[in-house]
Amino acid sequence: MTTRAVSGDTGGRSTGGEENGETMNATKAREALLAGVRGLALALVSMAGSVLLFTLTVVSIGLIPVGIGVFAAPLFIERVRAHADFRRTLALSWSGVRIPSAYRPVPRRPGPAGWAARCTTLLRDPATWHDLRWMLADMTAGFGIALLPPVLLAYVAYGWVIALGVWRPIANAGGDWFLFIHVTSQQSGYAAAALGTALFVLGLFVNPALLRGHFQLARALLSPSREAELAQRVDRLTETRHDAVDTSAAELRRIERDLHDGAQARLVAMGMNLGTIEALVEKDPAQAKRLLATARQSSAEALTELRDLVRGIHPPVLAERGLADAVRALALRLPVATEVSVDLPDRARAEAPVESAAYFAVSELLTNAVKHAAADSVWVDLSYEAGALRVSVGDNGRGGAEAGAGGGLSGVERRLGTFDGVLAVSSPVGGPTLVTLEIPCALS
Amino acid sequence: MRVVLAEDLFLLRDGLVRMLEAFDFEILAAVETGPELTRAFAELEPDVAIVDVRLPPSHTDEGLQCALAARRARPGLPVLVLSQHVEQLYARELLADGDGGVGYLLKDRVFDAAQFIDAVRRVAGGGTAMDPQVIQQLLSRRARDEPLGGLTPRELEVMELMAQGRSNAAIAERLVVTERAIAKHTSNIFAKLGLPVSDDDNRRVLAVLAYLDRG
Repeated sequence: MTTRAVSGDTGGRSTGGEENGETMNATKAREALLAGVRGLALALVSMAGSVLLFTLTVVSIGLIPVGIGVFAAPLFIERVRAHADFRRTLALSWSGVRIPSAYRPVPRRPGPAGWAARCTTLLRDPATWHDLRWMLADMTAGFGIALLPPVLLAYVAYGWVIALGVWRPIANAGGDWFLFIHVTSQQSGYAAAALGTALFVLGLFVNPALLRGHFQLARALLSPSREAELAQRVDRLTETRHDAVDTSAAELRRIERDLHDGAQARLVAMGMNLGTIEALVEKDPAQAKRLLATARQSSAEALTELRDLVRGIHPPVLAERGLADAVRALALRLPVATEVSVDLPDRARAEAPVESAAYFAVSELLTNAVKHAAADSVWVDLSYEAGALRVSVGDNGRGGAEAGAGGGLSGVERRLGTFDGVLAVSSPVGGPTLVTLEIPCALS
Repeated sequence: MRVVLAEDLFLLRDGLVRMLEAFDFEILAAVETGPELTRAFAELEPDVAIVDVRLPPSHTDEGLQCALAARRARPGLPVLVLSQHVEQLYARELLADGDGGVGYLLKDRVFDAAQFIDAVRRVAGGGTAMDPQVIQQLLSRRARDEPLGGLTPRELEVMELMAQGRSNAAIAERLVVTERAIAKHTSNIFAKLGLPVSDDDNRRVLAVLAYLDRG
């Protein structure tokens, strides 16, 4: 078992210094070239994707009165959403631009009535119209901005090709324009090369910004209105509150049943035994002694049951020591080798409900690893980053775990939802499995 | 024998005082909070302390922390820790200094007065008293790795009792065999597990516990 100490150092990331100047320049140049390639790819995607989907969607919406549109429009609108979501992913990973999304959930019922319901929901969703508006801008302004970085970089090659001899056939054919330079001689050829080089240097400086500009345009058009965002938040809160109420009611029912059938019944039996003992103690001391032993046995069993019940409600180590030690104690109870590494500020505690949710999630994940994945090595990693408690549980088992399939994992996901927590599962068939959960919270 | 007792539940504290007094222990102090226990450790010279893990005011593992701190100040100070639940994590911390004179039992064990008093005396004498549940947990963890050096079922049984801190005489009585038979079993166990042989009962117990906790 290892415990990593927390230090103020954020790792080996350099913050730039004189001796790093050269590597910094190299990084910047690489970024600029990369932005060129990405801009070209984006320009192609925005042209092809947005033009095609915009046309198809508008046509299918136009065909709704005829009937066929009722089936076609939902299909295309959903493709549009995938198209927009893909752009959101690229915006985040390429330029760090976060584009929020707020699509209303789409009902999925079979039959023509279901299709009609889908169609109506989609058309009523303002996000659908935002998407269409965005595609219109994307195939024009968005296309132009995305094309600038590759163009800035490409002109240098053309300029030098002209300077190194191609100016001759061009001049013979009566000259041609290289941007604003009329190419008719060697001199103008060199001028073209110089201009191309200048544009290239300019590209080195502005390319990443241009790429970001493209995504910022998308963000301006794709972001849901404040109202839509709030509506989505209300929907989410309603859903998670419902789940929370359900879960806690089920928990209380289970506790009631356990107490009723367990400790309570044993105490009744014990009381009865004691009554009999009272009656027997003078008549038949030997029998009374035997009954006393049974009564003591009953009380011991009642205690054991209560202890197990308490562990299921709020584990004692969690109350006494907090999440890190509770997970360590949990690992010690597992029948497989489990490594726990903790990267939390010393003695820091999250709020009790958060700790409890995280604990039971880890408990469930560890049980899965042992029972379903048949793993023989498991590890747990606890850390706190950017205002969120992050727990990863990995194993070398046979994998194949799925979130949201109505299994144990979807239960964990639901319970974390109450805290705006999220769960990510990577578990290809054949393993290994890695489940990461994150709960936004404050430490004290 | 002089005892310091820390337990926050009045009923249990009162019951323990009565039981200990019935067996001729002298109660130096019976306290109910962590700070009071710290003061008692600082001012009194008990032969053994009986401490509940969870104490007010924080209701965390304050009792355990007090006991560990007292043992750091006075190595080998006999401490018997009681709890509503047993955790290997805590057992490991109690045993970490290797000084002996440590007990860790479920509160249920007070049901059997004779056995409980025996455990208190053992701890006071520098011995060990580990709850059977702790040993069970250790054994079930070890069992997955290897069949514990090829011990026979009888030897396993003897080792389990030994790990709880019981003497050869007590094990012999429990298993209804002679002490010589137990001595033979223990030397077999030590040979099979590759542990150094020792005549000192306490060293022996600690060696077995360390062996079980390894891995």
